[in-house]
Amino acid sequence: MKNAEKLKTVVFLKRPESLTDKEFTYCPGCHHGIVHRLVAEVIDELKIRERTILVAPVGCSVFAYEFFNVDGTVAPHGRAPAVATGMKRARPDLVVFTYQGDGDLAAIGTSEIIHAANRGERITVIFINNAVYGMTGGQMAPTTLIGMKTTTSPYGRDEKRDGYPIHIPEMLKEFKGVAFLARTTVSDPVEVIRTKNAIKKAFLAQINDLGLGLVEVLSACPTGWGMDPVEATRWVKEVFSKEYKTGVFVDKVK
Amino acid sequence: MKTTVKGRGYIEIDQQRCKGCGLCINVCPHELIKFSTKFNSKGYHPAEFDDPEGLCPPCGFCYRVCPDTAITVFRIVG
Repeated sequence: MKNAEKLKTVVFLKRPESLTDKEFTYCPGCHHGIVHRLVAEVIDELKIRERTILVAPVGCSVFAYEFFNVDGTVAPHGRAPAVATGMKRARPDLVVFTYQGDGDLAAIGTSEIIHAANRGERITVIFINNAVYGMTGGQMAPTTLIGMKTTTSPYGRDEKRDGYPIHIPEMLKEFKGVAFLARTTVSDPVEVIRTKNAIKKAFLAQINDLGLGLVEVLSACPTGWGMDPVEATRWVKEVFSKEYKTGVFVDKVK
Repeated sequence: MKTTVKGRGYIEIDQQRCKGCGLCINVCPHELIKFSTKFNSKGYHPAEFDDPEGLCPPCGFCYRVCPDTAITVFRIVG
């Protein structure tokens, strides 16, 4: 370090301004932190921090309003798109985004997201899919893979009893109100950059008044899955993203 | 930590913010990050930058995968 101080240095990458100094309360290796940082970087780059509102969900990221340096509120479980709709219609000049998990968006909030997409609300939805209900202890979610063991499916998910994994972007891509729709992962540095570009486009879909922007991020829950962080990240890449194919489904932002 | 201009960069890891998940250790192409033998105030073994030969490019892979934004990446310009 003494040697480094003599040399002239510039900061290349550092914590974005749209995050507060508060430490994340997530488990070690949880991908929520990476996605938080990406959203904050996009808000910094688009220079919209002063006029952005966050709608936090119910789930692990319920305290997201403490981590983002923007105004925010918390919606009842699954109702974040409905709350965001009200905010955006009352103040069309503001940028409104929701940050939801799979228990929130794909289970109890399916109706809200489908109708928000169908109406083409000018909001941005960041959807974190980690296949389990993380906060309550790793129970089975609608997105859990067939045969995957969780605390409420100890012998693995059985499609005859529990149905099949739900694919939200494939479902929403038929709606004309959707302007940007993508599924990405954050399992390696290249995918992180892709996710950031997708999140940026989802915000631009709203800012350019085109329609709803949604990005599904396949994310790891090392605690819920009973794996260590590196193993969980590898599992996302090798198993999880085989069931949920990554890619861009709708892109009206040019 | 000794830094030379060979790689033209270095990183700093906030030892109190780090939760020791090891994702940065897994992606570093030059294997310059390792677990510290010390504990931080949360009780984790934080990641530690160890670059005696000054090989850090700096590519920023560790920054991009860090879930706790504990890493700051510096470029040497002078």
